[in-house]
Amino acid sequence: MTTVTALWWAVIVSGVYHGLNPGMGWPLAVSAALMERKTSALPGALFALAAGHFLAMCAILLPFSMMVTLVYWEGQIRLGAGLLVIGLGIYLLINRKHPRFLARVPPSKLALWSFLAAMAHGAGLMLVPIFLGICAPESLNAGHQAAESLMASNIRMAFVVAGVHTAAMTMAGGALAAGMYFWLGLKFLSRTWFNLDVVWALSLILVGGIGIMTASHTTSI
Amino acid sequence: MNLRPDPTFYPTAKIAMEAPVETVAFTLMLSPDGSQPDGLAVVDVDPTSDTYGDIVHSLFMPNKGDEFHHFGWNACSSALSPLTGHAFLERRYLIIPGIRSSRIYIIDVKEPLKAKIHKIIEPEELFEKTGYSRPHTIHCGPEGIYVSTLGGGGEDGTDGPPGIFIMDCETFDILGRYEMDRGIQDKHYDFWWNLPRDYMVSSEWGLPPQFENGIVPEDLLSNKYGHTIHFWDLRARKNIQSIDLGENHQMALEIRPAHDPAKEYGFCGVVVDTTNLQGAIFTWWRKEDGTFEAKKTITIDPVPADADDLPELLKGFGACPPLVTDIDLSLDDRFLYVACWGLGEMHQYDVSDPMNPKLAGKVDLGGIVKKTKHPNGKDFGYGPQMVEISRDGKRVYWTNSLYSTWDDQFYPGERGAAMVCADVGKDGGLTLNKDFWVEFPEGYRSHQIRLEGGDCSTDSFCYPSV
Repeated sequence: MTTVTALWWAVIVSGVYHGLNPGMGWPLAVSAALMERKTSALPGALFALAAGHFLAMCAILLPFSMMVTLVYWEGQIRLGAGLLVIGLGIYLLINRKHPRFLARVPPSKLALWSFLAAMAHGAGLMLVPIFLGICAPESLNAGHQAAESLMASNIRMAFVVAGVHTAAMTMAGGALAAGMYFWLGLKFLSRTWFNLDVVWALSLILVGGIGIMTASHTTSI
Repeated sequence: MNLRPDPTFYPTAKIAMEAPVETVAFTLMLSPDGSQPDGLAVVDVDPTSDTYGDIVHSLFMPNKGDEFHHFGWNACSSALSPLTGHAFLERRYLIIPGIRSSRIYIIDVKEPLKAKIHKIIEPEELFEKTGYSRPHTIHCGPEGIYVSTLGGGGEDGTDGPPGIFIMDCETFDILGRYEMDRGIQDKHYDFWWNLPRDYMVSSEWGLPPQFENGIVPEDLLSNKYGHTIHFWDLRARKNIQSIDLGENHQMALEIRPAHDPAKEYGFCGVVVDTTNLQGAIFTWWRKEDGTFEAKKTITIDPVPADADDLPELLKGFGACPPLVTDIDLSLDDRFLYVACWGLGEMHQYDVSDPMNPKLAGKVDLGGIVKKTKHPNGKDFGYGPQMVEISRDGKRVYWTNSLYSTWDDQFYPGERGAAMVCADVGKDGGLTLNKDFWVEFPEGYRSHQIRLEGGDCSTDSFCYPSV
């Protein structure tokens, strides 16, 4: 498996991981369908959650996609991004409190809630080192490309990464939501819910660490 | 923090009904004259146990004069919504406010037989951070622990309106006032909500000078106690509608929304109608357009009585009012229990059709005039008051004290604390369990009951019961 393939798998796996976590919202889709007494409310709510998550990914990835054009600083940018992600991981390890402003979002605004929840937990940041890694091989040939087209391709790549990640997340969460709605029943809600706070924070640190390692590797070339 | 959600958090009311039954109950004990410290009694409610009906552990506070009244859990089934972000809290602490002292105790009951004080919040901290006093109802919700208060600032609690404040659900720090726009709300009592529909309902008793030293007859007869219920945009913290039940409907107290959040109605008990001494239950509901309405759906008539049988306060009326002081709704939203503290009756209404309740069962016990004895032959002082229903809806527990100074006006003399249990028939009907009788320590009265693993007036459910 090449590095790039591995990175794409990371995009998908992180999406599945976000999707399976009830804290990222899939039980709300079950709730919506039950409250409105119509099955179509389930995909509707999943779509709103996905839209919010996708926007949160884009909001983080796009600025980095533009920075990647600064080819000269590529190593430093990847180093900085890695440190940022590690920093957030450490912060979340120390501060386990759930941000209170999330509790002020009305249940009718699922997309907004999903956006804010993803931002607050650094779901987008977790993708940054992966995304930068995917962009890197292209930047290596940057000398042959005009800055403009490089930027365009990186922006495109940001959307693709955010899209693939969100699709993986929605499919994973959607499968659980549908399973619970149609067959399993809400009794299984508590059984699928694990406290991933520490695992989440450690994953940020891990991803950040890998980002830094690969960055220094490329810089040394 | 747990690694899995607490097993006593239930996604739906229906699942809560199927959970293992309670084996212990927590009951508040208050010293009416403040001569002894108030306490928490841990009562064995497991019928197979040798100590069934006994207080198996008591915890007394280090202060006197708190006057314990209502209390609640630090966490409940409301934590199972991803929106709250508190899925891994433990249902472990009881939050017990002193309604007279404004002091708040956090009691760790992880091991009920070793219940211990975890933290004490002194009244000064509450005054300073919220400007409120006399904390009362506890519910756990999206932003943490919500506590209603009966008083505002100042010595007599009338400097500013009372309201709700929020506590952090992990550290128990007081975070501040809840309200951003309270509208016309100027008195407070109970509150509850529908979490997925994002509304809250609150009620009114009276201001501290109207209750602390006893009921003020002139205020009652001039309809100065609360008679309005308020509807709030829960997360926007905004009063969106106030419904005046009519000024003769004095003291709109307990708010009991349907437990199934798909249903958009609930009930509110009114202590006394000053035009005819009736007790009343209003059904309130949310309409399609998002506004609310309320309608009187139950009335309970006073019973004519000889002046000699009545306390000073009631002699002039020649009748004993029902005094609806507490109501509670079973988790299947089927039976509403109504305590008639004056008459000495516990009513059970079938509210399957919330607009058309039907009396399904009744128990006579105590009462101003009737003074009905318990089937075990013992005197039941005062009348049925704070009522709590088991999650499965099969057992109903209640105690007998209303509020120290009011007890003395309606039932002069010390009548003793009590806690009893009644069994519910398959399709309604209520029968006192003659084997269950709790003996409380001398000089104490009993107030609210909480059941292990949640009960019918604590947990808020985030998912419909389908």
